[in-house]
Amino acid sequence: MTDAPHTGAASHGHGPFIAAIDQGTTSSRCIVFDKDGRIVSVDQKEHEQILPKPGWVEHNANEIWTNVQEVVASAIEKAGITSADVKAIGITNQRETTLLWDKNTGEPVHNAIVWQDTRTDALCRELGRNVGQDRFRRETGLPLASYFAGPKARWLLDNVEGLRERAERGEILFGTMDSWVIWNLTGGVDGGVHVTDVTNASRTMLMNLHTMAWDKKILASMHVPAAILPEIRSSAEVYGIAKGGVLDGIPVASALGDQQAALFGQTCFAKGEAKSTYGTGTFMLINTGHTPVNSYNGLLTTVGYRIGEERAVYALEGSIAVTGSLVQWMRDQMGLISSAPEIETLALTVEDNGGAYVVPAFSGLFAPYWRPDARGVIAGLTRYVTKAHIARAVLEATAWQTREISDAMTKDSGVELTTLKVDGGMTSNNLLMQTLSDFLDAPVVRPMVAETTCLGAAYAAGLAVGFWPDTDALRANWRRAAEWTPRMDADKREREYKSWLKAVQRTMGWLEEED
Amino acid sequence: MAKSIQSLERAAAMLRLLAGGERRLGLSDIASTLDLAKGTAHGILRTLQAEGFVEQDPASGRYQLGAELLRLGNSYLDVHELRARALVWADDLARSSGESVHLGVLHQHGVLIVHHVFRPDDSRQVLEVGAMQPLHSTALGKVLAAFDPVAHSEAVEAVRESFTPRTVTDLAEFESVLDHTRARGWAADVEETWEGVAAVAAPIHDRRRMPVGAVAITGAVERVCSDQEVRSELVAAVRQCARAVSRDLGAGRF
Repeated sequence: MTDAPHTGAASHGHGPFIAAIDQGTTSSRCIVFDKDGRIVSVDQKEHEQILPKPGWVEHNANEIWTNVQEVVASAIEKAGITSADVKAIGITNQRETTLLWDKNTGEPVHNAIVWQDTRTDALCRELGRNVGQDRFRRETGLPLASYFAGPKARWLLDNVEGLRERAERGEILFGTMDSWVIWNLTGGVDGGVHVTDVTNASRTMLMNLHTMAWDKKILASMHVPAAILPEIRSSAEVYGIAKGGVLDGIPVASALGDQQAALFGQTCFAKGEAKSTYGTGTFMLINTGHTPVNSYNGLLTTVGYRIGEERAVYALEGSIAVTGSLVQWMRDQMGLISSAPEIETLALTVEDNGGAYVVPAFSGLFAPYWRPDARGVIAGLTRYVTKAHIARAVLEATAWQTREISDAMTKDSGVELTTLKVDGGMTSNNLLMQTLSDFLDAPVVRPMVAETTCLGAAYAAGLAVGFWPDTDALRANWRRAAEWTPRMDADKREREYKSWLKAVQRTMGWLEEED
Repeated sequence: MAKSIQSLERAAAMLRLLAGGERRLGLSDIASTLDLAKGTAHGILRTLQAEGFVEQDPASGRYQLGAELLRLGNSYLDVHELRARALVWADDLARSSGESVHLGVLHQHGVLIVHHVFRPDDSRQVLEVGAMQPLHSTALGKVLAAFDPVAHSEAVEAVRESFTPRTVTDLAEFESVLDHTRARGWAADVEETWEGVAAVAAPIHDRRRMPVGAVAITGAVERVCSDQEVRSELVAAVRQCARAVSRDLGAGRF
């Protein structure tokens, strides 16, 4: 997400502390937080991206567990504290990445299949039968797409020799990375608890959003035996006590998928509060309160979080595939700039986009269009247009895409966005943040702690053990580092938006036929 | 005027010849174009090559401009890169000090604010990115004038306006402030620019130890100072932040 300092932060308060583990796509991290929500220490370790075939992405789950143990030990050491000072451990994780392992030996039966892996494309089409990709949307809030965990589990059961029989005999456990980390932390083969939280379960396509339980009909349709599934628990409660290692004896007290953890860390606890995380891609979530809102505009309906016995809070999620990666593309493929932050320098040499629009539909258009036949365009070129105008159009592309997601959210939920809380690496781009505020016609605010994902996991764990009394205490910890307010006049905004939408139309139908 | 040095003139002519597009030339082309003996031309080219100003293509043996020459032209640090590098540290400084944090660089005759972190107290504040501040009276400006020779000459040549009774405008007095700043590695502004406001700043250096900017905390004089002296823990926090950013800049570009 951001360039985090790899050494312990400069100064910190006194204990006790909460440790958060972020088991991410490229690395595992542990951050120790104090009661004010400030970072005391950080450690991070990358793991191998295993790419056996085009479109396939795997992780070695044993390597990940080893790394998790290492970063935890190192973060505790860097903080200069002992486990006695740590009141709880929280977990946040890359979502949807799927693992099956042997209950009796603790050995994975196969590498974990990562969320980005597209091997289940054909399976998902097959599962859609005559209904199509929305076959399970009413129950799960999700379209049939290769990201989600259920079809990945099915693929493993079908393709690993003898696995289905072992699974039906009850020898195999399924889990996303939260389940794997918690099971190992709490003892593994020696009494480890096999649980997942509602947010992670909501990304399997196997959980019914309304009942918060595994959906028997979907399990049957997907041929996934119920015996392998973890127990679905809330996002903030004590699942078990860590056994062995540096954290021995500490309660394991939260689990949240990474984007939901960021929503929690940004303290978006009220209906209508939204956060957007700007990295290579962008994930925007809006809190829709206690009811799951169906999307007719290509968004996902998902669980935001559930604190203990309280009612679950739902969210609508929209993702943008290409944001930071468009700037990287301008740097690496186009050579327009030599470092990512220079995009702002170049863009600031002109007043506007000079009539140019960049629509980065590199692998089709995602929410709210879902057009795989689209490809990227640069529209509105004249001789007047310079590379500086293009740089501006690049930043505007991220802002307009956010506006489109935000409009879709308003349409689906009826809730107007009041303020957008932002995090992630691109928030250091002042021009982008101002443009975002201008295009959304809403204030954009950046909190002081950039590590909102880990912070969210720490907050949930801290709530579960009474380290923080309630969500109001967490809100009180939230500090505004910067705020951008709209400065664009409404006519201009509407004119520009129209041009953007026209440019988007130009991307569609570029591929003749999708196969 | 002293006689110019012939070999430098010839080296300059060679660089001009190779400049303009991606031109590659062989030794004999260079020698004949500049009307030089091949041996003389080769000697100069080898010296330029050793300095990294010229590179020789291993396959064709032809010469082209070297990467060092490009670095020479691009050696300035992009201010937006500075902000990206400083973001996490500046946030932490604001949280630990309880005051607002500014990052400034020299721009024309003053200090350009390139990054601003709000004071963490939930009060309404306005982002000051893009604002200009004076060089001679602010903590940021004094640090820049003390450590960056270009900023120094700007501050010396400018009209040093008096903003408060405490503003230092006299040149000799100003120079002694800068000497003091160099000696201790930080600068303060106690009600010298704005009544009731105090600030403390420290320099940020890049990997070549060039001063590229300064970081400051700014707040009400009652909180920042005790007995008209900047509180020592705030000085320590600002310097620690400046060092952390400098360290990150030394780690190379991304």
